[in-house]
Order: sequence, then structure tokens, then C-alpha cells
Amino acid sequence: MEHLRQALLFLVPWEFSPLALVLCAGGAGAYALGLRRSPRGERPSVGRRIAFFTGCALVWFVMQTRFDYFAQHMFFMHRIAHLVLHHLGAFLIALSLPLATIGRGLPAPFARNVARFWERPGMQLAVRAIQNVWVGPVVFVGLIFFWLTPPIHFVAMLSPEWYWVMNWSMFLDGLLFWALVLDPRGPAEGGWAGFGPRIWMLVLAMPPQIVLGAYIALSGRELFDVYGLCGRAWDMSAATDQTIGGLVTWIPAAMMHVVGALIVFSRWMHADRGRPAPARVLASGIGD
Amino acid sequence: MRRLAALLAALLALAACDRLVGNDGPVRNVAGLVHDLRFTMTDPAGRTVRAADFRGGPVLVYFGYIHCPDVCPTTLARLAHAAETAGPRDLRIVFVTVDPGRDTLAQLAAYAQAFGPRVTGLRPSEDELAELAKRYRVSYSRAKPDARGEYEVMHSSGVFAFDAEGRARLMILPGASERDIESALRRLSGPSRGKA
Repeated sequence: MEHLRQALLFLVPWEFSPLALVLCAGGAGAYALGLRRSPRGERPSVGRRIAFFTGCALVWFVMQTRFDYFAQHMFFMHRIAHLVLHHLGAFLIALSLPLATIGRGLPAPFARNVARFWERPGMQLAVRAIQNVWVGPVVFVGLIFFWLTPPIHFVAMLSPEWYWVMNWSMFLDGLLFWALVLDPRGPAEGGWAGFGPRIWMLVLAMPPQIVLGAYIALSGRELFDVYGLCGRAWDMSAATDQTIGGLVTWIPAAMMHVVGALIVFSRWMHADRGRPAPARVLASGIGD
Repeated sequence: MRRLAALLAALLALAACDRLVGNDGPVRNVAGLVHDLRFTMTDPAGRTVRAADFRGGPVLVYFGYIHCPDVCPTTLARLAHAAETAGPRDLRIVFVTVDPGRDTLAQLAAYAQAFGPRVTGLRPSEDELAELAKRYRVSYSRAKPDARGEYEVMHSSGVFAFDAEGRARLMILPGASERDIESALRRLSGPSRGKA
């Protein structure tokens, strides 16, 4: 009974965020409703559904449970939280391609307005400016470096407002980046980037993260003193905390890039197989 | 268009850096980052202590516990000494125990007095302590007691410095020298930013 009570207490949000409730619960609710409304043939596969709900649950777990308390007071727990927000959770949600299903679950006028807003030329231009193989990875890697710059990290961990900005910027950027990477459409079908450039982008974005993680893990001096100044949640030395945190920044993050590259590669093969033969394209072009 | 967006992003990042970087010394500026000084504590005798009772002069807040072997007494002694040499007359030092189960009010009063008249010991209830710690994003945890019932308590090591209006201004690090602390105390009584 005591264990159950403890487990339930763990699930109480440490710092409740209405935005998290609206986005996570609202998104998952709209998705569930959209699934029921979708015609049988257009429903996403079970694997995609699992990816979506797992991604949402993971993001909710690190942001809106007692986990967040530990993420505020242990460096390596904070790194795990960012691994989920920026890599794993955002990756799973992007992998599930949930927009069509969520759109069906939203009230029709609202969904129409969103679609109309999305299709505005200005909006499309802005999206193209961010969702490409140049800006995407620079922002993705740049944000990791930005929030891990020691004086900036100090501010983000001490101020509730900056902490909030840090976590949401990581999650939203993660969604954008992995949506760009895992887009099943090739450039011919209106996709944001070619499959080959996306693999290059994934590979090139890996070394800076590896170097940063290794530097943090192997650096002999304490880089992030805010955890000691505010007190660690557990009796763990600053050096151990920083080493584990560095390893989390280094290894699983790089692995997600490899997994991403493999998925892009399989999508590339798939797209090539489905493409009409060149002769037919030519013929239809002449016929027009 | 792409170049323009990149330029804008770079400018924004620079502006943010300008505000954020350059804050890594032994005394840090936390104005606007940390909540104002606010708390209410009721002792077993029913007497209520409020943050407002300390208004009128700068306040240094430090979390610790009486049985703390080294860090707490050293920090308090250095703060009290710097306050005598450089602090404004109305500066107060507040020592909040993170071990209210063991530190009694009488012990706490005697302990605080040993560091001088400016030091006040505060003993929140467990709930009040949890709330206060959350407000200032500090953590504390008690280790398992040994055979004699003694145990260590993990706690924050930074000192929060508030100005006379109760606004958070500085954080003093344990590595700060006597001189660092003295100049920090002088800054505290100076005019605050943002208000004429």
C-alpha cells in the first residue's frame, strides 16, 4: 500500500504546466479521437500508434512528474530529461507522422483554420527557412551547446522562467528536427529535403555532440556548479554526476542519430522503388 | 530570405548571451532570476515569523543544520565577520535549518547567537521547509542514521542575498573570499537595478 502511495505521489506534477497539459493530453486526446474517425484503410499502423503514445507519455513523464524535481537537482537526470525531450520523445512523435490523425480528431473548423494558416505563403516561407538541411542541424546542435554553456546553464537551472524556456525550446526543436529527418516524402513529393542530404546532416551533427559529451564526461573540473549550490537530490559527488551526465549527452544521443539515419535510408529505398519509371514520367509530360 | 532568418537568429542569440554570460564568478547576480524573499513559519509555541519581519535591511539566507560538521559553521562565521566589517548596520543573516526534526528551537537560538547578534536561526515545519526549498529551487536530503542515530544532511551551499525590499540580488558561493563577500555586501546596500 505504501509503495502504491509513493508511486502515485511520484506522478503528481512537481511544477504543473498548463501548456504541457494542453499539448500532451490535448494532442493525445485528439489523436485517439482521430483514430476512431479515420476510415479503416487510412488508420496508422499499430507500430506508429505505439510510437506516438510512447513519445507523448515520455515527454509528459520527464516534464510533469516528480522526475522533474530530480532533473532540477541532479545534472545527469537533467541530461536524461533533455535526451527524452530533444531526442527520444520528439523522435518517436515525429516517427509516428501524427498530423493527419490529430487533424481528424480536432473540431473541423479549428482544423481548417490551422490548415489554412499553415498553407499561407508567408508561413510556408518561414517553414522552409527553418526546415532544411542547413538551418535544422545548426539549430539542433546549437541549442544543446547554448544551454550547456556554464553561465547560461546556471541561469536556466536557477530561474523557473528560464528553465521553462530551456525545456520547451529543446522539445519543440526536437520535433522540428526529427520531422525534417523522418519525413517519408522525398523532394519530388513536396518533402523538405532529399534523403541523401538528410543522412549527411545526421552524420555531421553527430561529432559536435560526441565531443561535447566527452568533454563534459572527462573534464576534471566541475563545470556546472549550480547543482552543488542548490543541493543535489542524492548523495552523489559532483564528479560522478557530471561524468554520467556527459555520457548521456554523448552515447545515447549519437545512437539516436544512427537509428535516424537507418530509417531515412530505408525510406529512401522505399521511395525509389515506388517511383514511376522515367519513360512514363516523360510520356505523361508530353501528353499534358 | 534564408540568410535574413539566420542573421536574425544570430542577433537574438547574441542579445541573449549578452544578458546571460559573464556571470560565473564567486558572487553572482541573480536579480530577476530568483523569487523575492517571502515565507511564513510558525514555531511550536505558536509564534509566527514572516519574511516581512526582516524588511528594512539586506538579508542573507543560508540553508544548513546545527550538526553540520564544517560547511555551515565556516560559512556563517565568514558571513558574520564580513557583515561586521563591511555590512550595513541593518543587515541580517538568516540560517534556515533543513533538519527541523533534530534541531530544537533552543539549540538553534544558541547556535545562531554564537555567530553574533545579526544571525537568526529559523526552524520551519517539514511542510514549510519543503515549500521554501521549492520556492528557491534548493534541495536537501537526509542520509540513513548510523548506529548512534547520527546522520548527515545534504543541503545547498549557496547564500541567497536579498536587498532591503526583499528582492533577490546576489548569490554568494562557498568559494568566495572575505573580500568578495565584503564587496557583495556593499553592492547589496547600493541602489537596486530597475527601480530609481
